Amino acid sequence: MSYATSLYLTGAEIGLSLAGLVFLLVAAWGGPRSARMLTSLTVTALIVAAIFSAQLFEQATGEVAGRAFGDLYRAGAFGSFAKILIYLAAAAVLVVTPSFFEQRGAYRGEYPVLMLFNAVGMGMMVSATDLMTLYIGLEMSSIASYVLASFLRNDDRSAEAGLKYFVLGALASGIILYGVSLVYGFTGTTNYEGVRAAFAADFATGALFGVVFVLAGLAFKVSAVPFHMWTPDVYEGAPTPVTAFFASAPKVAAMGMLVRMAMDPFAGEVDSWRQIVIFAALASIVVGALGAIGQQNLKRLLAYSSINNVGFILIGLAAATPSGISGVMTYLAIYAAMVVGSFTALLMLRDPEGNNLETFADISGLSTRRPALAWSLLALMFSLAGIPPLFGFWGKFVVFQAAVQADLVALAAIGIAASVIGAFYYIKFIKVMFFDEPVREVEATSPMSHWVVLAICVAIISPLGYLLTIPLGEWTAQAAASFVAAM
Amino acid sequence: MEFPILSLMLAVPLAGAIACLFLGAQSARMVALVATLIDLALGVVLWMNYDIGGAQWQFTERAEIFAGFSYALGIDGIALMLIMLSVFLMPICILASWEAIDKRVGEYMSAFLLMEVLMIGVFAAQDLFLFYIFFEAGLIPMYLIIGVWGGDNRIYASYKFFLYTLLGSVLMLIAMMWMVNESGTTDIPTLLNYDFSPAAQTWLWLAFFASFAVKMPMWPVHTWLPDAHVQAPTAGSVILAGVLLKLGGYGFIRFSLPMFPEASEQFAWLVYILSMVAVIYTSLVALVQNDMKKLIAYSSVAHMAIVTVGLFAFNVQGIEGAMMVMLGHGLVSGALFLCVGVIYDRLHTREIARYGGLSINMPKYALFFLLFTMASIGLPGTSNFIGEFLALAGIYKVSTLVTLVCTTGIILGAAYMLYLYRRVAFGEQKNADAAAMLDLNAREWAMLAPIAAAVLWMGVYPESFLAPMRQDIAALEARIARAAPDFDADNVIGTPRERHANFVEATHGSAHGEEGAH
Repeated sequence: MSYATSLYLTGAEIGLSLAGLVFLLVAAWGGPRSARMLTSLTVTALIVAAIFSAQLFEQATGEVAGRAFGDLYRAGAFGSFAKILIYLAAAAVLVVTPSFFEQRGAYRGEYPVLMLFNAVGMGMMVSATDLMTLYIGLEMSSIASYVLASFLRNDDRSAEAGLKYFVLGALASGIILYGVSLVYGFTGTTNYEGVRAAFAADFATGALFGVVFVLAGLAFKVSAVPFHMWTPDVYEGAPTPVTAFFASAPKVAAMGMLVRMAMDPFAGEVDSWRQIVIFAALASIVVGALGAIGQQNLKRLLAYSSINNVGFILIGLAAATPSGISGVMTYLAIYAAMVVGSFTALLMLRDPEGNNLETFADISGLSTRRPALAWSLLALMFSLAGIPPLFGFWGKFVVFQAAVQADLVALAAIGIAASVIGAFYYIKFIKVMFFDEPVREVEATSPMSHWVVLAICVAIISPLGYLLTIPLGEWTAQAAASFVAAM
Repeated sequence: MEFPILSLMLAVPLAGAIACLFLGAQSARMVALVATLIDLALGVVLWMNYDIGGAQWQFTERAEIFAGFSYALGIDGIALMLIMLSVFLMPICILASWEAIDKRVGEYMSAFLLMEVLMIGVFAAQDLFLFYIFFEAGLIPMYLIIGVWGGDNRIYASYKFFLYTLLGSVLMLIAMMWMVNESGTTDIPTLLNYDFSPAAQTWLWLAFFASFAVKMPMWPVHTWLPDAHVQAPTAGSVILAGVLLKLGGYGFIRFSLPMFPEASEQFAWLVYILSMVAVIYTSLVALVQNDMKKLIAYSSVAHMAIVTVGLFAFNVQGIEGAMMVMLGHGLVSGALFLCVGVIYDRLHTREIARYGGLSINMPKYALFFLLFTMASIGLPGTSNFIGEFLALAGIYKVSTLVTLVCTTGIILGAAYMLYLYRRVAFGEQKNADAAAMLDLNAREWAMLAPIAAAVLWMGVYPESFLAPMRQDIAALEARIARAAPDFDADNVIGTPRERHANFVEATHGSAHGEEGAH
């Protein structure tokens, strides 16, 4: 394989890295004035990268075709699909970011640059087929995330969120590294294919420990129970646009990484890791649902909601079949739209002084003050709860169907019954907005950019989204087919 | 290709629902009324063109625009009748809300029109998952109707309604996925003739039962209904009682019985017991209610129990009777809620003791109220008589005990309804404000008169309603005949004795034997 091909296959990451380096110089010399312009340029760069990935997706004929740099990295259908989601979600979040920080006089050119490097790291996470590439991508994304979480330096909550995220994230990285070292020690290779072949030949107990440690570390990254404790604090403390970002793109990246890990190097050991995934799935659904019930802070509530949703995504992974993986990818696509939409709506909620409204008490009776916003939130919440005819139902539908097809009927039944607990706090959201009397003034206008992002997300999760089921099904099936050879 | 009339019936209220969101109060009311009247007209066209005795599934449409399931619509006679009930009640609901709803009218009308789309969709869906989407989606508008425009305790009631019904139906979704995985099709007509293994049927039946029993509602999962009814605005109660409760019965007819006949027989005792308890218990509870809406809500539970025993009688009479009770109850309980609404709009209380002697100052109202009260009791000549008689005749062929207990319910029904009527319409006019209320106005006439006409029509000439369903019910009966339970008191005519019973043998045998006989 020629070097040029390798460069072409990693084109999205390389292009984004170059853009990031140039923008960093611009930010350094241009000062705060350049921040807006850099944001627009970054959004453009991310969209171009998404288009480039889409083009790679079109060309991808099986994973083998897309190996780069001696199989350190693969640009197949799976990675490309995940990258499209990541880049688009990051771009959408970036569009609604500046006004939040400008309000506080804290917007700087470094912000979009950090997002770019984060995106590069996430791209590597989902495409890596070597444990070393994986770790580099993971750290690249994580370090940028730690800085983003504490971007509001003068705000104690933001600094606290950054610190917590850093300490716990470093712990998780350590766990992953420990698992990687065990896997390497027992197989003698860091390459995914090599690991799979070695496991097929001999799967020692020590190697099982390696698998468990790697999965535990990855569970931390996707914030699955029992490694979820950091999520509510970080989501609540981080500036809202950063929270929106954490809940969308890195979630997709971490899930993509986990899926590839489970279905490629560990594909032969499904029986070993399935019970772990099943436990994490059910525990996440229940804890995410119960934890959210008492919350008053909306960001904290959405943090628990994301834990809850990760549980549903893991049900698709537990099926460990092509339809399960395709279900996971479908869910992630819909979930990204729901999360970006929900946080955009939260960002639009301000009182006339410009303070963001963050608690249930603040949004009481919103439907009479801001009907369009309230109806959008209503659609988003019912969609997150998975009530048809909203499109969020389809995400749950495909993962549960995959579980039923894989003969995990009990898992599906328990999971879906537990989803009713989750419905409770979503309908509480609606109750507060629609049934209660208004108490606080809400600013009557929002920037156009926010409306555009919100409108796109709501259009996707509205019943119109069902028209997407056929193409979405084809794309995700193609992405899942990447692993068929591996199984 | 045929004219897609079912899609049109879905599209008209949907367009109206979207328009209402953006309109002011008065124009939203007009749009809603026009949209529902157009749908009623389309429904009449549908009925006129329905070919009785023709193909089982008519007006079929199919479009493969989704992955995993299809947009497939089509109706048989059973669905036709239930769609007619929905489109008939809808304009009346809009009229009932004309003045009673004065805040956020556009959103209210929008929610109602959405409800109509979903109800028609449920009855017309020919794809398992399409059915589920319509079935489940009804939670959203109903949650809003109860929660935003309901009474004082509306938030509790809306939560209870939402979570109860959601928990019931999610398990059904898993069962549906299993069925589709097993049979390889989502097409309801195909699944109707697919034989699942009896062991699997047990679980599938229970999962479907969890959903339909809550919707129906059967005792002991009926407790959401009185709360939801009492707190919902009048039109919301009409739709709940008139159509939403029929979703459970429709589910039993469409899914549980034909798809799982063996399991249905296996669990028939469960249905009988729950129904018998419901008939007696909820009738007694209805007897002591002080709140008019609550009383009618409990009476709905009792009537629905007659529907379930009729369905699980496994014979033509029982199922025809169950359908007629559903249609009749849809009209009558809807009308009773409207009657409550009429006086509630004037006095803003549902407490029975606050009224009295209304037949003096509101004679026309009292007449309508009397007619619907009698229909609810099941007086011959009204719709409910036909249904209840047939349903009980059907169950008599299976179990005399169940028939005995359920027929008692009719007597209790007469007790609580007549007692209600006496307290509201007869007696002294002890409350001055109640005595000053005006009689029906033109709008209220327009609401009650069509229902009264339909109730009498159904009671006097039920053939119009039975004819479209006859063939489908016969097909259903043929499908489930193999599992039908035996008659518990099958009186076989034996051979007569040779001699009288007190005949004593002329030549005595042993003295001991004779002693023992005494």
